[in-house]
Amino acid sequence: MAKLESKTPSGPLEQKWEKHKTEIKLVNPANKRKYEVIVVGAGLAGSSSAATLAELGYKVKSFVFHDSPRRAHSIAAQGGINAAKNYQNDGDSVHRLFYDTLKGGDYRARESNVHRLAEVSVNIIDQCAAQGVPFAREYGGLLANRSFGGAQVSRTFYARGQTGQQLLLGAYSALSRMVGQGAIELHTNSEMLDLVIVDGHAKGIIVRDLITGQITRHSADAVVLATGGYGNVFNLSTYARGSNATAIWRAYKRGACLANPCYTQIHPTCIPVSGDYQSKLTLMSESLRNDGRIWVPKKKEDAGKEPGSIPEANRDYYLERIYPSFGNLAPRDVSSRAAMRMCNEGRGVGPTGLGVYLDFADAIKRLGEPAVRERYGNLFDIYHEITAEDAYKTPMRIFPAVHYTMGGLWVDYNLMSNIPGLFVLGEANFSDHGANRLGASALMQGLADGYFVLPYTIGDYLAGQKPASRPSTESTEFKQAEDNVRSMTQRLLATKGKEPVSHFHKRLGKIMWEHCGMARTKESLESALQLIPALREEFWANVNVPGSAETLNQSLEQAGRVADFIELGELLCRDALTREESCGGHFREEYQYPDGECKRDDEKFAHVAAWEYQGEGKAPLRNIEPLNYEFTKMSVRSYK
Amino acid sequence: MVANNSTRIFSVTLRVWRQSGPGQPGKFVDYPAPQVSPDMSFLELLDVVNDGLTLTGEEPIAFAHDCREGICGTCSCTINGKPHGPGKGVATCQVYMRSFRDGDVIVVEPFRAKAFPLVKDLVTDREAFDKIQQAGGFISVRTGAAPDANSIPVPKDDADLAMDAAACIGCGACVAACKNASAMLFVAAKVSHLGLMPQGQPERDRRVLAMVQTMDEAGFGNCANQYECSAVCPKLISHDFIARMNRDYVSALFRENFKPASNATGGGA
Repeated sequence: MAKLESKTPSGPLEQKWEKHKTEIKLVNPANKRKYEVIVVGAGLAGSSSAATLAELGYKVKSFVFHDSPRRAHSIAAQGGINAAKNYQNDGDSVHRLFYDTLKGGDYRARESNVHRLAEVSVNIIDQCAAQGVPFAREYGGLLANRSFGGAQVSRTFYARGQTGQQLLLGAYSALSRMVGQGAIELHTNSEMLDLVIVDGHAKGIIVRDLITGQITRHSADAVVLATGGYGNVFNLSTYARGSNATAIWRAYKRGACLANPCYTQIHPTCIPVSGDYQSKLTLMSESLRNDGRIWVPKKKEDAGKEPGSIPEANRDYYLERIYPSFGNLAPRDVSSRAAMRMCNEGRGVGPTGLGVYLDFADAIKRLGEPAVRERYGNLFDIYHEITAEDAYKTPMRIFPAVHYTMGGLWVDYNLMSNIPGLFVLGEANFSDHGANRLGASALMQGLADGYFVLPYTIGDYLAGQKPASRPSTESTEFKQAEDNVRSMTQRLLATKGKEPVSHFHKRLGKIMWEHCGMARTKESLESALQLIPALREEFWANVNVPGSAETLNQSLEQAGRVADFIELGELLCRDALTREESCGGHFREEYQYPDGECKRDDEKFAHVAAWEYQGEGKAPLRNIEPLNYEFTKMSVRSYK
Repeated sequence: MVANNSTRIFSVTLRVWRQSGPGQPGKFVDYPAPQVSPDMSFLELLDVVNDGLTLTGEEPIAFAHDCREGICGTCSCTINGKPHGPGKGVATCQVYMRSFRDGDVIVVEPFRAKAFPLVKDLVTDREAFDKIQQAGGFISVRTGAAPDANSIPVPKDDADLAMDAAACIGCGACVAACKNASAMLFVAAKVSHLGLMPQGQPERDRRVLAMVQTMDEAGFGNCANQYECSAVCPKLISHDFIARMNRDYVSALFRENFKPASNATGGGA
């Protein structure tokens, strides 16, 4: 049974983080250079933490499977980053951002973590502006803001529709600066395939060089995983094709608890699927909902008609109708399910009937086409490239798609997992978003963790480790972990079955989407828990991975990742089955209010479920961390 | 009802550069693709062809890709002689098969340049770009040392122009398109982005000097003002930034040579 101590500091909510910072141990500057830290992943959380740790004087080794740290998928975030700056004078505050985030997460996150996130949000904007991130500005030269879902203030900072790109390039520039100074050893094209535990502590990783196939061992005083989410378990998602869960899954198999895997976010505004060959779903930023109006025809019979031919009176602007106070800016989970309900009623639009309109006609009338073009031009261009349709003339068709995973490796207040020395940042951890993440909060969390939390909290752990006491990579633990990696690689190559890797990924994705997607039931989950182990068996008997292990072999890379996704998918369904309530991104049809909203069960489920691996073929253990709300009342979320 | 293209299935032939590794002989190989939907992306067609190759026992075509939405800069194919293919202002992953016609032979090559050594098939090594960034593509600001973000106003026009330059995705198409394999559009984009911001002024001179020097050392050629770079750039970054960088470079070089020497030696009590 894993020990899950949240290590939440005592005292008033507003003072916890300050107090904690003064109480945790420090490492003196002369000793910092004696400690080595491995950082896996180079997205917002990975790059920002690697750069900051190096600035502090630690020796950092950064590993990324991409050919450059700048390729990490944080780059694709479009809309913006939240911060409680209150530059708009519209009543925002740290407390309000805290409250919105906690409520948006359907009261399934730790109060202390969320409050800290809101506190440091303001420092992030300062840091990024100083790095030269070209945020949108007003004519006076000050920073501009826009609104995002789940908030009634304008607190989102942005750089056109490429905010993630600009923030990542900022963090990448900080990382590059430290690489140039020799303070970070950068390993690109390097995929972590196992975690090495020595005497119960995380002390290293096993890495495969994706170009040469060489497998190497790396030891360190602490290991940081910032490897992103596991949304590609659904195959079709807005994630990059390479995004994977291998690092966190292998850490799970070494004893790190995986918390709340069933909390998956379905984003309401993506471009609908067009065919079987499809590899990816493209997001249309939530910021579009600032000016776009979402509708479907009132009558089923109109669903197949040209949108322009449907008169105003026959359109159902259903978000505005059902949620008058938040309207088109209702949170993501609420909006996605509403779209699904419309399609289930037969009112979905487009060739497949799985779509709703996002209409800019009113915005164009009100603001003029040039203003709309300035705000969203690049998004309209992307839409045009993919669909060959002009969204200035005809409404966009959108449909929900998997976009983010709130679950992840369990961490305490210091962002350390239940394995001492293993820290987990950004989307890879479970910490701050509860059961649903609000728009523009992922960038905030990644950078909060990397710039402003881990650099303090890692010292508390390292101060307890003797300087330069890293285990040798010749130790048994390293050898055993390397053997584990080699044998899995050999097994994948030796199977020589009849189906390519993609075949299994597609089938897994279909099972996950149909049985554990936007809405889940006991029956659907139980059936998924039959189908997935069978698929796993078939995978290992019938997968075909061509080529060798000694060269660039993309099929081999993908095979390892899909093998992990199959196992993770099973755990996800198990978690969803056990959580007999609906909350945020986890919607169980049995648990809903008459109007279709989530019905939580705070009595039984106001806790984090942290799953612990028990070995091959054994059921994992469900550990519980109770969520104690000291400062906020868990209320029924309403956006009406 | 919106027009549905998915019934218009057609066929093409992919003529793909295959090379098992650096220093190995390479050659073009033809792969027929009989089931092409116009709504398919070019990379999705490569996926389908690769699954077919896997089943026949041939090694799939290695190609670089990741986000598939034109922002990560990983994908890098030269299609019919043009880096990123026929579209304007798009990356390889945003090329859709509706750009081609039934019976087309589509020639697919890696981005070719001396400073981008070939890894395998369509994959090249673009680490030289990272080296250039490490030399100076940053503003030195320690985490936590930043003043309030609104204490440094940036005129909107400057911020917008900086953003135009900062939109670069680091794909290297500019290099692949240039007969000199020049990286000047890439470097100019970074130099201009930071040089346009007030935050970037203190290091403006040393930045441009260091980045240009590293660029030269990496084996990239120089600009001959033909602007093939901006023509193929997936983010349509303007070659005007090259002029801006050249101006910055000359004044930095001049100032560098006539810099008053400071007696400061650091240290202190």
